Amino acid sequence: MAIPVQSMTGISNARLNVEMNTTSFQKKSRSKLLSIPGTRPSFQNGQLLVSTGTTSLDYVIEEDVFDSYSHMLLKYFLAEGIVCSHSFLIASAGEHPDDILQGLPAPVLDDVPKDEIGKINQRRENDVSEESQDSMKIAWRYQNQPKVQTVLAASSRFGHYYDASKQMSAETFESAEYYPFYLPAEVHLKYSVSSNIHIGYIKLLRFIQGVIHKEGFDRACPQSKTRNILRIGIHSLGSVLWGDDICCKDDPLYAYSLTKFLYGLRGLLRTSLSVCMVTVPSHLIQNKAIMGRVTNLCDTVIGIKSFNGSEKDANDLYKDYHGLVCVKKIPYLNSLICELPDTRDLAFKLKRKQFTIERLHLPPDLSDTVSRLNKQDLAESSKLLRMGCGAAATGKKHLDF
Amino acid sequence: SFSAPNSIISLLHNLSNCVLLSESKTDGSFLIHHFLSFFLKGTCKVCFLGLVQSFSHYSTVGINMLQAREKGQLVFFEGLRNSLDMLLPESDASDAEPQPLSFLRWPSTDLRNLFDFVNSSLSQSENDMSRWASPVLLIDDLSVLLSLGVNPTAVLDFIHYCRMAVCSKQQGNMVTLVHNEDDLGDEDCDLVLHALTHQSSLILQVHGLNTGYCRDVHGQDKFQLKRDHTHVFQYKVHDKGVSFFAPGTSSAVL
Repeated sequence: MAIPVQSMTGISNARLNVEMNTTSFQKKSRSKLLSIPGTRPSFQNGQLLVSTGTTSLDYVIEEDVFDSYSHMLLKYFLAEGIVCSHSFLIASAGEHPDDILQGLPAPVLDDVPKDEIGKINQRRENDVSEESQDSMKIAWRYQNQPKVQTVLAASSRFGHYYDASKQMSAETFESAEYYPFYLPAEVHLKYSVSSNIHIGYIKLLRFIQGVIHKEGFDRACPQSKTRNILRIGIHSLGSVLWGDDICCKDDPLYAYSLTKFLYGLRGLLRTSLSVCMVTVPSHLIQNKAIMGRVTNLCDTVIGIKSFNGSEKDANDLYKDYHGLVCVKKIPYLNSLICELPDTRDLAFKLKRKQFTIERLHLPPDLSDTVSRLNKQDLAESSKLLRMGCGAAATGKKHLDF
Repeated sequence: SFSAPNSIISLLHNLSNCVLLSESKTDGSFLIHHFLSFFLKGTCKVCFLGLVQSFSHYSTVGINMLQAREKGQLVFFEGLRNSLDMLLPESDASDAEPQPLSFLRWPSTDLRNLFDFVNSSLSQSENDMSRWASPVLLIDDLSVLLSLGVNPTAVLDFIHYCRMAVCSKQQGNMVTLVHNEDDLGDEDCDLVLHALTHQSSLILQVHGLNTGYCRDVHGQDKFQLKRDHTHVFQYKVHDKGVSFFAPGTSSAVL
């Protein structure tokens, strides 16, 4: 089962190739495996994997303070959906979904010239509607073989690379099935009295349910078109922009509005071919218990802590990295166990093209004189690590030999 | 696998018990699977309130729930699917029949309807009594009700009614999973946990290791039988089950 960290869309992490270490036996394989571009079945539990984890899952990313890196992760998630020709839904209360779409990173498709990308999408559409008209003459024996795409099949790969410095071209996402939800355009802000859940959340839930049902992601209607995955990206859920007050009050008026939404969302995801990534400004939520409830209602929770503007920025120990990734929860879906990484201490860095997540390792202490000050720094930072990341191992304390 | 936990659990067949499963900093749902399997194999009639996962998730892990449901041994309530009817109702009219999760739509109804569902699922007819052993109520998990805004008093009332109906009246068993997040200051959660701790005859506390995450030892499980000693085991969850071992004796270490 794909671990969210490892398979974070478009993020290269050669050091964390957990995906390759799956067990070799097959457990309860289904007789009919869905075949959808951009997915593959997990050996462990027969679930369909997309390149950011498993379908029917709900990912929550705890935003970093300036929402810079968490926003980036959301964009990678959506960009991957476009490259895999998945349908996608963007929900936002602040930035318009169209603007988010414009700002998606460009995929790095090796050896594929730009005008070919449009052709890939075109070909996929045509595959459905028309049979190949040309019959082969000389190579007739190969007629019934599956068509091999002569273009380097970047979009049939599992997981892709993105160039953070370039924007995705309009042709790439033009043919994608895209469902935007922009809260300010949808509704006046007021509470729905009967179920104590904020009306913005109700509207969003209805919208998602509508898309799932109308486009057949819930397999309820017989599918006239090929099956596909719906990727849902929701930005800054729980923030004031959504009309919720959990980010500005210690004792919010409707403290359970967000959790009810998440429960309903989980219900929708579990009964459809969809996967969702939500970013939440958890650092603004005053009441810690609320974030605890949110965590329990989601399958995967990852916290992003950026070093920007904090004293850690200046700390030598972290000079290689831009921030920390804290895996707070891993899903256990259709199985008693899941793919477990060796460690949960992870950090990320953003180089010119790539966003990398790797195991956090402290550089060796090579100085001749280890001053007391340095030792204290280490202890401090390991304490901060612990506080920031809950159950993460605290084994980074300075070892004396 | 270690026999001691199983021998403790096998005592449940003879007494009517309230079993409390609490998970802290780890996933304790493997215990739910274990108990479900245990009671279904013991030909008990089971009412399973599956509030956090789908039917296919539970049934994929080695227990033939479909068969059990078809022959009437298992009543399964799929909370996630039902919730959508409550959160996104088709019309403004009230529901024709009382809905188990009606509190999502009408907060004042609390858990009365959920109890009625449990009660009617486990009321043994003459026919039932000859087919099945004592009834069992399994709840995965109780904390989600608190997360959805149900008052802790209402949750405790619900548990009380269930205990009377299942354990006292029918000598059945009840197994409830709750989260224990004592460092988060969730007062509602703490209240429910403490009350249930007093009412339960067997408590299994599953805890992630204090030293942090470890691949070979997933956590620690403390078994506590009322008026008895506390037994502590460590465990590792496998593909099809769990193995318990005395602390420090993981095969990775020996």
